[in-house]
Amino acid sequence: MAKSNRKVPGLNASSMADVSFLLLTFFLLVSNMDVDSGLARRLPPPPQSEEQTSVDVQRRNLLVVLVNAQNETMVTNQQGTEWYANEAELRGEVGGKPALKDKVKEFVLNTSNSSELPELEEQDFGAPIGVVPVTASHVVSIQNDATTSYKAYIAVQNEVVRAYNELREEGARKYFNTSYGELTEEQKTQINDLYPQRISEAEPKNYGGGQ
Amino acid sequence: MPEMNTASMPDIVFAILFFFMVTTTMRSETLMVRVKIPTASEVQKLEKKSLVTYINIGPPTDTRLGTGTQMQLNDRFAQVSEIQDYIAQEKASMNEADQPLMTVSIKADEDTRMQYITEVKQALRQAYALKISYSARKGEN
Repeated sequence: MAKSNRKVPGLNASSMADVSFLLLTFFLLVSNMDVDSGLARRLPPPPQSEEQTSVDVQRRNLLVVLVNAQNETMVTNQQGTEWYANEAELRGEVGGKPALKDKVKEFVLNTSNSSELPELEEQDFGAPIGVVPVTASHVVSIQNDATTSYKAYIAVQNEVVRAYNELREEGARKYFNTSYGELTEEQKTQINDLYPQRISEAEPKNYGGGQ
Repeated sequence: MPEMNTASMPDIVFAILFFFMVTTTMRSETLMVRVKIPTASEVQKLEKKSLVTYINIGPPTDTRLGTGTQMQLNDRFAQVSEIQDYIAQEKASMNEADQPLMTVSIKADEDTRMQYITEVKQALRQAYALKISYSARKGEN
């Protein structure tokens, strides 16, 4: 009979590092860390059966942003109409027109309580903000033609979102004395309630020009 | 010259290895459409990859198939009418608690006509996939 008190032979583990390095390199190469990013939107639910769910919006509460087949943008509300021929004009860099984001900001804020801009309603937003007048029922309606290019559409969407982001940033500075990125989740919700993104993407229409 | 003790190196390497094993997603579909996504400055990151479903829209990479806009779902070309089934399928494969959080990322080529996008959007509405994201690269513009 063999003696049972033999020593257990040690396993040579020096190649372990090599093997695991090999596996590591494989996963390093295979994994793609790039996170997808984009402009988040919420679509309205599909229209229910026959009844049309068209909501009546007062003219003064509506800012129509129309991107046509030539990728020009028309912004119109009760105050008047503005045309932007290209992206640089949208951003207010050339042409001397007010940038789209400033138009949107003016529209959402209505600081002058103009009768041509959305009506102000007093609302309570809790602790540091308190009761402030806001344009609770404003709507920014982004419309497009069938042959509008996706690029131009995204550029317009981006400018509108930029307006809201700047408003939220200003709100955070004003009420919490810090930047929006540094707020707690609760405070962010407060600011988001103060400036909700009310962007409507209209039902498709063909305004002509595009086939 | 004193030798460095490398006994703990496999442990460290294993730790990194596990990290990559967990974070990696093996499903990398080959794109059959050319997608040059637009740039935008106000993009948000889509956090949970498991909640995101992708729709790729653009002209086919294989030029023999023409230059018309095509849509790729999973690994094949599809018609807009197939979106509903696709969304239902993707939803079914998800955790029930995650289903309402499902986000559809529309990766469309920047030269796509809006008509196509609008059709896709309408189909997504019908499929009750209401959270969407227009995929865009972060860039200065």
